[in-house]
Amino acid sequence: MGWMLIRMWAILVYIFMFLPVAVVVLLSFNASQFGSFPMTGFSFRWFIELANNEAILRAFRTSIILGGLTALISTTLGVLASLALIRYKVPGQNLISTVLIAPILVPEVVLAVALLLFLNFLSINKSFALLLFGHVIFTLPFVILVVQARLIGIRRDIEEAALSLGANPVQTFFQITLPLLLPAVLAGGLFAFTISFDDITGTLFWKPGGVETVPTQIFAMLRNSISPEINALGTVMILLTVGLPVLGLAIARWASMKSGG
Amino acid sequence: MLAPVVLLINNAGCWTLNAVSLTDIVKQFGDFTAVHRMSLDIAEGGFVTLLGPSGCGKTTTLRMIAGLLDPTEGEIAIKGKRVNEVPIHRRNLGLVFQNYALFPHKTVADNIAFGLKYRNVPRADRAAKVKEALDLVQLPHVAERYPRELSGGQQQRIALARAIVIEPDVLLLDEPLSALDANLREDMRVELKRIQHRIGVTTVFVTHDQSEALAMSDEIIVMSAGRVEQAGPPEAVYNTPASEFVARFLGASNVVEAQCTGLDRQEIVVENADLGKLIIPADRGPLVRAKGPVKLVIRAEKLALAGPGSAESATNFAAKVEAVDYQGQAARYFIRVGDLQLQAINMIDASPHAEGADVSVGVRPRDCTVLPGDGE
Repeated sequence: MGWMLIRMWAILVYIFMFLPVAVVVLLSFNASQFGSFPMTGFSFRWFIELANNEAILRAFRTSIILGGLTALISTTLGVLASLALIRYKVPGQNLISTVLIAPILVPEVVLAVALLLFLNFLSINKSFALLLFGHVIFTLPFVILVVQARLIGIRRDIEEAALSLGANPVQTFFQITLPLLLPAVLAGGLFAFTISFDDITGTLFWKPGGVETVPTQIFAMLRNSISPEINALGTVMILLTVGLPVLGLAIARWASMKSGG
Repeated sequence: MLAPVVLLINNAGCWTLNAVSLTDIVKQFGDFTAVHRMSLDIAEGGFVTLLGPSGCGKTTTLRMIAGLLDPTEGEIAIKGKRVNEVPIHRRNLGLVFQNYALFPHKTVADNIAFGLKYRNVPRADRAAKVKEALDLVQLPHVAERYPRELSGGQQQRIALARAIVIEPDVLLLDEPLSALDANLREDMRVELKRIQHRIGVTTVFVTHDQSEALAMSDEIIVMSAGRVEQAGPPEAVYNTPASEFVARFLGASNVVEAQCTGLDRQEIVVENADLGKLIIPADRGPLVRAKGPVKLVIRAEKLALAGPGSAESATNFAAKVEAVDYQGQAARYFIRVGDLQLQAINMIDASPHAEGADVSVGVRPRDCTVLPGDGE
């Protein structure tokens, strides 16, 4: 009896969490010209309209370039930082670790305003580079956490064996450490990409005039009216932000199985 | 700058080059001294074991030879050339670790070929060398497998193959058998010695296991707390321990406080309240220089127990069996002689002596070792 109630409750919680998402996906296939119930027929109309909407396509391009660059820079910096913190003795190691992880703990609004005020103080104008810089700051901790965890699991003596066999430290990194680290690097990169792709708070503060990412574009469109296109866009976003990490995790698991954990 | 090449004459009268020379090596970690001033020469083709309990500095010494640690003081030379400033990847060493340290993402063949890539071995020759190495470790069929598909013993053979295929100047083994289970360890011990003999590579072996050290080495270096306690061939170290530590660490020994009451070129006279007076050949106590307190070392297997009716002699004494530890072909007895409790390990003839039995214990004077007392 007790278990029955708990089960029911759990199902209710899931419904509460996922029903809105399901509704958005469902309504994106609605033929009606209003973005709400009732459904009048099944159609890909809004996806086609979406594909013809210049503003949204531009926002999409911006988001993908921004997310890709964020992932690239964050994983590079994250791997280097993790190597330094785990493999070498660095003065003030704990402090550096904390500072690198801190952006997760600080509310994003505070971080956003702080960076903006700081750049104002330095008389630097908002730009795409600044937006990218901001995204790197708050995706870096995720990369570092994932990569550090994996790096701790890679035994130092495997690297020492490579050195003893004649590979110099750089060759050892590319031949041994990086391949073993790859699942974590991919996972970290995917995290960085999806977090950047999703972000709205920081982006609203940092983006230069005229540049829109997908989330800010949706936000702008919502201010005018609820177009059924937004439902279609939502569906695409869900596919990207859920599908990509799932795909990434699958690849990571496959790769780590192949390399023996 | 070229360091002078050190040539030595070995026992056979040939000119030989020391494969490894440590000269006044010291290693400190902060305030802690892991290795006190230590010098060591290892002859070409030798099998030298650094033996001691954990924390004795043996692995630190090995890692300094490997180039994974820098000595605080002193000089390390390989084949007569100073290597202190040479990084590990240019030292041409074979290194085998306790946990194999195979590259998990590479096949066995790629693992073994790894070192060949960095030695300008032509691609065509690599496959032949890999095959040769696999044959040497008797695993010719596993080339295309991944390390995780092999057993622990097989992985360790591959690690050995990977280390020797590059024809290293020195093979460094860091407790390579410790991760294996007991039966496999003995097989691998024989195997390792066979391979080392076959290729004749100078080998430095680190272990805390005395039986491995005794079985495999040309020379054993017993270390304790960062110092060399004794160095010599296995038999010498076992039979004539130079310190109480060595006596207790290798095999089971009885160490009895005694008085030296007479001393000349031939004999040392040692007296103990419970054991009486023993006259021991002087070469069994080379470190004893004066009368006074000494330590009498008697190996457990050198105390021979016999029934109470046996013939009495000067070096026999009566004892009582307090406990018996039955080991199959042998038994370890804890016997009491007056105030002393001693250990004796004897082969079992018909049946072991019973607990509580009165026995007669015999010991030959030349099986005893006399060490100076603590005061000296």
